[in-house]
Amino acid sequence: MSNSIKLRGLLVLFCLVLSVLALGPTLMKDSLPNWWKNAFDPIHLGLDLQGGMHLVLGVEVDKAVESRLDSVVDQTESLLRDEDVIFKRIERKSDDRMVITVYDADAGAEVDALIQENFPNLEPMTLDASGGYIEKNYRFSDQEIANIKDYAVRQALETMRNRVDQFGLSEPVLQRQSDNRILIQLPGVKDPQRAIDLLGKTARLEFKMVDESADIQQALQGNLKPGTKVLYEHRVDPMTKKATENPLVVFEKTALTGDLLADAQVRIDTRFNEPYVAIEFNAVGAQRFDQITAANVGKRMAIVLDDTIYSAPNIRERISGGSAQISGSFTEQEATDLAIVLRAGSLPAPVKILEDRTVGPSLGHDSISKGVNSVVIGAVLVVLMMLLYYRGAGLVANVALALNLLFIMAMLTLFKATLTLPGLAGIVLTVGMAVDANVLIFERVREELRHGKSARVAIDAGFAKAFVTIVDANITTLIAALVLFQFGTGPVKGFAVTLSVGIIASMFTAIFVSRLIFDLVLEGRQVKKLSI
Amino acid sequence: MQLIKPDINVDFVGKRNMAFVLSIVLILIGIGSLIVKGGPNYGVDFAGGTLVQVRFEQNTTAGEIKKALIPNVLDNATVQQFGDDANEYLIRAQESDSGLQGLRSQILDALEPVYGAGTVDMRRIEMVGPQVGQELRKQGLMAILYAMIGILAYITWRFEFRFAVGAIVALVHDVLLTLGAFSLFGKEIDLPIIAAFLAIIGYSLNDTIIVYDRIRENMGKYHGSGVPLTVNRSINETLSRTILTSGTTLLVVLALFLFGGGVIHNFAFALLIGVLVGTYSSIFVASPILIAWQEKTAGKSAP
Repeated sequence: MSNSIKLRGLLVLFCLVLSVLALGPTLMKDSLPNWWKNAFDPIHLGLDLQGGMHLVLGVEVDKAVESRLDSVVDQTESLLRDEDVIFKRIERKSDDRMVITVYDADAGAEVDALIQENFPNLEPMTLDASGGYIEKNYRFSDQEIANIKDYAVRQALETMRNRVDQFGLSEPVLQRQSDNRILIQLPGVKDPQRAIDLLGKTARLEFKMVDESADIQQALQGNLKPGTKVLYEHRVDPMTKKATENPLVVFEKTALTGDLLADAQVRIDTRFNEPYVAIEFNAVGAQRFDQITAANVGKRMAIVLDDTIYSAPNIRERISGGSAQISGSFTEQEATDLAIVLRAGSLPAPVKILEDRTVGPSLGHDSISKGVNSVVIGAVLVVLMMLLYYRGAGLVANVALALNLLFIMAMLTLFKATLTLPGLAGIVLTVGMAVDANVLIFERVREELRHGKSARVAIDAGFAKAFVTIVDANITTLIAALVLFQFGTGPVKGFAVTLSVGIIASMFTAIFVSRLIFDLVLEGRQVKKLSI
Repeated sequence: MQLIKPDINVDFVGKRNMAFVLSIVLILIGIGSLIVKGGPNYGVDFAGGTLVQVRFEQNTTAGEIKKALIPNVLDNATVQQFGDDANEYLIRAQESDSGLQGLRSQILDALEPVYGAGTVDMRRIEMVGPQVGQELRKQGLMAILYAMIGILAYITWRFEFRFAVGAIVALVHDVLLTLGAFSLFGKEIDLPIIAAFLAIIGYSLNDTIIVYDRIRENMGKYHGSGVPLTVNRSINETLSRTILTSGTTLLVVLALFLFGGGVIHNFAFALLIGVLVGTYSSIFVASPILIAWQEKTAGKSAP
């Protein structure tokens, strides 16, 4: 055997062994030694094949800027009071401006100085307002706004990751996409609605005092004292399961927020066998909670999550030590989810679901079996056709086709690519086109034989002439596939991957492996007639 | 075995004007259908909206599902049977607002009292916001455009510019015809269909390049015999390969179309049309363009 054949044979053998090694964990999950399973992952199935959720969430970053400004307004107000600056009004206007109205230029200068000292990233702007007042306007610099937005998305991503981690899924994907978008993929999630509820909660926990003196009927008609607002207490009757919304008037000023939590756990109240959430404040929170409860004994405090009151217990005594509980009419799962979002922290801004694709496991299973079936049926038909048409050479083409499929699957595992439904379709298409290169070669060989060339010469010439055509034809298809990969999303990308991999594999098998088989057959023999 | 005799010589080039007329008529029918229907029938991916695939334990009808859904959940939902069995349906709605993030539980809450708890399986949900849909549409179009530019550049480099023009005209022809067929048959265009369109481009091109390659080779060989004759000879010489490869590809795509399952049905449909049209166009569109180009430039340079 010539050296060239030996070398080429070794290369093909190497690819073969590598492919079998790579595919082992996919085909036989359990019966393999550990080193094998550790070295190669099984083929990664897309969500459309294994079932799961694909979510794109948009973080409403403008809201983060607003709420940041709101807290600056709050802080400035108490600052102005502490420093005895006389001002008429302080408010947030048109989303991104803080406006402080003062009576004279002296007060204006004082305000400017204070802001300059405490909030250097605010840009001042002074206007003469009507009635002789002076309006001091401040806004965040563009740089600062960009920072706040960026931070909001990063914090949202972090919070989401914490929540998903506690959800107990095997391979979740969380990624920041362009600008304010977050991509979340949850393979194999059992209860999609629960996942969405859990992810979408802003989870801003606040403690607000209830205004007992307010007339609830008046308040519902919109006659509210300044600084108070109406929130609803959500109650589910444990017997009838009927939900009721009970309005309460609370003070807008937040006594304490959930940022100061250290932990949240589900406990069961043994008296009524009802779950509740036990929360634990950190040192700062515990101190504040202590002060608030001491100052408000006998009054009701509303526990508010995302503008819904969970419970509004009476403060019977001063609570030191920093633990409290949120009871409400929870099911155990609701209590668990509440504890999860409280532990994971709140979102800095609300999120919106921009895209939601969920495939149930049963459908994914159907898709795989149908997809694989059609690959097998298609491949069998092609194999039969090639055998019928080219006889012996058809057998060579079929070997190349089988290797082609093997290499495609192996490359998918080696590149850790994801196999999707359109990806399966890509493989089907490749099977159809894979024999094309061999057909081109065989047709050329037939032509040469018709011109009366000997078997060996005809093979040489056939391969040589077909080579250029094969390369040109495949590279153009490869260009299309690569563009798809670069600009495509989701299913398009999955298709592009298998198509590109398929083209590369089929060029290798058709040109290299087929040639090797012919050379092996012709080696040292005087072949008079080719079966082609 | 041989399907095509080696000395075959069908006068493809002579029938090119007939083919041009046929192509133009088919494209016009497709465009007409697109205009009548007010543009392509975009699926959830591109138009935004919600699609839910539901399977029931017992057989039911679209009307019954609508009756259960419409007063409670969705006003303008369409319900359509999915696959061959009367227990699986697609529910489509225009809503995609995140206010509807409770949609799946709302639909379940509306259906379960009618069909019984635990008998309704939500197999697939796709919700795409309008903004995302618009972006995906733009990306899809850009992908097709960039692919065409890349191909144009490669063919110009490997062959000549006029070959590239022929190939691109054939591609546009194929995509237009497939688009027209989608509109005529009332099928939806979604993200995987863009992938199918690009596969069609790839396949059609594959076919075209192989004929071109032979034309290029033969132009050197039979220099004196004129472009139309050379083109015709080249098409005939590659005919058996064209038929065999298209045959095998059609076989597998047909297998995909018949056995691939409902989710991939439209995708397989696009490929099916694409393979047929792609084969036709490499013979009757891409190659004759070379002749037309030749005649045009010859006419110009003549005094």
